[in-house]
Amino acid sequence: MSVALDEINHEAEHTHMKPQPYWNPYLSGIGLGMVLLLSYVIMGRGLGASGAMTTTAAVAVNAVAPAYAQSNEFYSEYLGDGTKSPFKDWLVFEVIGVIVGGFLSGALAGRIKMSVEKGPRVSVKYRLIFAFAGGMLMGIGAKLARGCTSGQALTGGAVLNVGSWVFMIMVFAGAYALAYFLRRQWT
Amino acid sequence: MNAPFYKFDMFGDEFSLIVAFIIGIGFGFFLERAGFGSGRKLAAQFYFTDMSVLKVMFSAIVTAMLGVFYLSWIGFMDLSLVYLTPTYLAPQIVGGLLLGFGFVIGGYCPGTSAVACSTGRIDAMVYFLGIFGGIFVFGFVFPFVKDFYYSTPMGKITLPQWFNIPYGVLVFAVVVMAVGAFAAAEWGEKKMARKQAEL
Repeated sequence: MSVALDEINHEAEHTHMKPQPYWNPYLSGIGLGMVLLLSYVIMGRGLGASGAMTTTAAVAVNAVAPAYAQSNEFYSEYLGDGTKSPFKDWLVFEVIGVIVGGFLSGALAGRIKMSVEKGPRVSVKYRLIFAFAGGMLMGIGAKLARGCTSGQALTGGAVLNVGSWVFMIMVFAGAYALAYFLRRQWT
Repeated sequence: MNAPFYKFDMFGDEFSLIVAFIIGIGFGFFLERAGFGSGRKLAAQFYFTDMSVLKVMFSAIVTAMLGVFYLSWIGFMDLSLVYLTPTYLAPQIVGGLLLGFGFVIGGYCPGTSAVACSTGRIDAMVYFLGIFGGIFVFGFVFPFVKDFYYSTPMGKITLPQWFNIPYGVLVFAVVVMAVGAFAAAEWGEKKMARKQAEL
């Protein structure tokens, strides 16, 4: 599998148009901030990401083991009272938009490419194992913290939420604390 | 005073889902524009070689924070109607740490992984599955961590309320801090670029 993926990487570099450079980070940040502001003005709420994934997870568990899902306080909150589909949810529609928006931006800039993001010193297999492990930690952390970088750090940060600022500082602290040990993967 | 529009019943739940989709498109678009569909670019933040995560995040926070502040100051928006996630200090400290570990191990956060998936990053797709794995683990152990999850509650509280200083003063302090962080980030990047050129 890893050999096949390396080939995909290799091929993509030759067949695709040259990707455009990224936007200036401050300009992108202001754009992102305007989207967040718009969300406050129109909806009275900010952005999110991990919440929609929890809804999907809750529906999946409910499909396999309904009795367990409905008796588990964590899942039942995301399943609602059964009067409407759990997918008719603000965050679910927002995250579908994120996927579409990301694709649009990537397509316009020639950045759609089947590839694996990693440093030159590690194999694709190594990288994918770490990607899965990192995702798991992220999932647990986001649920414990009641939100992720979008729903807590960005959204709560802009309205000066105490928990969001504490959370944001801890995210950077945690990432910098482990960065040294993971340098092989990225550099 | 007429914002947030949704809170003043200017439209219903069905329409709010269309709003969600459009706002999501904007969110995803700017994340990708910034280069956050790339795990390497995101992780570079933690090696001081590319501080885009900090720059983008804080310019977004400052932009939205100033917007919210001015719109409520001129009486256009009722800030008390904007949703605040309640603070639970201890679980948010531990959750933040785990999320930070996950960020540098996995290379993404949930929002950026969605953008990376849609632009073809295979590691982001695996990471995305990992998030579900983590959520299942959390759901499974929830009965055992429930007490901790609800520990150290502080309610819906903002920094100005906590420090007991005026909202505008805190807004100003965040702007000053952000400008300082931007200057430090630019300086750090240049220093790292010089160091790497010497190698």
